[in-house]
Amino acid sequence: MSRDVAVVAFVQTRHTAEDTGMSEVELLAPIITEIKERTGLRRFGFTCSGSCDYLAGAPFSFVSALDAVGAWPPISESHVEMDAAWALYEAWVKLQHGEIDTALVYGFGKPSQGTLREIMTQQLDPYYLAPLGVDQVSLAALQARAYLERSGAKEDDLRAVAARSRAAGRDNPFALHLDDPGDAGYDVAPLRPHDIAADADGAAAIVLATGDKARELCERPAWITGIDHRSEAHLPGVRDLARSDSARIAGEKAGATGIEVAELHAQFTHEELILREALGLGDDVTVNPSGGALSANPVMATGLIRIGEAARRIHDGTASKALAHAASGPCLQQNLVCVLSGENNG
Amino acid sequence: MPSKPDQSTVTDLPAEAPNHVLEFPGGYTRSVGPVIGRFLSELRDGRLVGVRTQAGKVLFPPLEYDPDSGEAVTDEYVEVGPAGTVQSWSWVSRPLKVHPLDRPFAWALIQPDGADTALLHALDMGVLEEGAEAPRYLKTGLRVRPKFRGRGKRAGSINDIECFEPEVTMINAPSRLEYELQGGRALDRFLEGVSQGKLIGHRCGVCGQVIVPMKGLCPKDGVPTTEEVELPDTGTVTTFAVNNLPDPRAPEVPFVSAYILLDGAGLTMLALVAGVPADQVRMGMRVKAAWRPREEWGKTMSNIKWFEPLDEPDVPFDAIKDYL
Repeated sequence: MSRDVAVVAFVQTRHTAEDTGMSEVELLAPIITEIKERTGLRRFGFTCSGSCDYLAGAPFSFVSALDAVGAWPPISESHVEMDAAWALYEAWVKLQHGEIDTALVYGFGKPSQGTLREIMTQQLDPYYLAPLGVDQVSLAALQARAYLERSGAKEDDLRAVAARSRAAGRDNPFALHLDDPGDAGYDVAPLRPHDIAADADGAAAIVLATGDKARELCERPAWITGIDHRSEAHLPGVRDLARSDSARIAGEKAGATGIEVAELHAQFTHEELILREALGLGDDVTVNPSGGALSANPVMATGLIRIGEAARRIHDGTASKALAHAASGPCLQQNLVCVLSGENNG
Repeated sequence: MPSKPDQSTVTDLPAEAPNHVLEFPGGYTRSVGPVIGRFLSELRDGRLVGVRTQAGKVLFPPLEYDPDSGEAVTDEYVEVGPAGTVQSWSWVSRPLKVHPLDRPFAWALIQPDGADTALLHALDMGVLEEGAEAPRYLKTGLRVRPKFRGRGKRAGSINDIECFEPEVTMINAPSRLEYELQGGRALDRFLEGVSQGKLIGHRCGVCGQVIVPMKGLCPKDGVPTTEEVELPDTGTVTTFAVNNLPDPRAPEVPFVSAYILLDGAGLTMLALVAGVPADQVRMGMRVKAAWRPREEWGKTMSNIKWFEPLDEPDVPFDAIKDYL
């Protein structure tokens, strides 16, 4: 019953580890311009963005980002205070309604303006977690240990994920170009600096289109054959941190079989291993050929970029079926899986 | 997160004074509701309570719903702990300003006895220097207990528990007895010699071997000995041990204690060997006593600090094999 929706264009910034002095709107404007040029579209049926006001510490700061889109006369627009992968999900739902045939989705983040690991404490339960001051990396490290002890994997297995991701990232002009993992000590044990996402300032945009419109805008559209997101309990002490049931269920609902390439929103090396297991991705699946979040983490755009990178491999014909994953919340609390195919199933 | 991805030291960015602050003056007032409110009230009284779900599990800390089913929990509150078990942990060697402890500590998921779920809290592992790694005994499964703030300082907050601490598994028992020992007349005579910078032994009238320090009898023949012989302060290491526990008599750890066969002696004596790395001490190595300055001498073996290597060829094993 669903309408066929495809990713028809994807644009991202060259992400930077340091603040280059550009505002969020200035980061966004060139890629919005570029994606309009590429698709030839000036207006979209729907526009949806994902960002986090706490990154700049300014309420409703996402509103000013609309300047980059050009919102006059008034446009149909929405925003999620999440990674823009969820903005894409909202746009996909909107396209299912049948009233529009194109949507613009974008996400942006400038973590360089604050201390991300502390800012992310704001997303935690205000009674039991946030008052402790427990930060994002400390929580991730708890999950890393739970996974290592349950699976028998070693810290060297984590290092291997970092090494492969960084090597791939060095071939990606948009990612940070990072050296092979060194012998740095622990950050929050058992995580070392190379196990942690490479925070960056950046932005990304995607255009979705339905049916014939998609074929008109893109030579080889990346059709969304399944998209689903699932959440687990928030408190880390009431769920099994060593596994990701929500990712597993989202993968099953989205039809994650026969995957050739997967782009996983793993902000820590152990998250990739947990996700591979949950999504049933074997050694024959190419994971994070872009370098993933470990090579560039423009927060709030990182998940959307996974969808863009997976779609790019459909667009250029290097894959016929690809999976993109996005995560939200502490310790992979919420997981979104989007399966993309070069074959139009409609 | 660090902007330089291999920077292992976490700093509280921005380093300079911020040019923008997001703060709710006086803090944000929140209703806690009956379930979390009950937990926080009990916590203020110094008790840990969980809530029973309809499925019979004890949720701790309590939630209004069962995370497995979404069903409302019952109104049965169950006291749990206070002791509990660590389910997973991470180690913060450089605490951030926002952290509850200002020395290295663990974040731990702690499941109190009687509960079916775990609480996240800080776990204090004692006085450790900035950057210290986790103590080896910190493992999943460690038994811990909450350290409550004093009664008047508890406010009905998760921070009414200052942190958790390991259960007591060891104590440190003071141990000291005082004595006035006599070494015997023969040893007294030997130490008299040492106080004058001499090493005196006795020659056995039966077997002819020189016993140093002398005991007034030959341990081999069981006959009294009286003939004094002065020996040089040079000798040969017959065997030795590398010690890794500190000793007040040794200069540092590791140090070497060795059996030394003084030249002309028929029995070895135990002494320290220094002035050479521990891993370079050898059986058969030639050594010489290192005496303290004469003005520090007393009637004690500590006049000799230790033995130091002599620049002489090693003695072949065959020459010392009977003295091991």
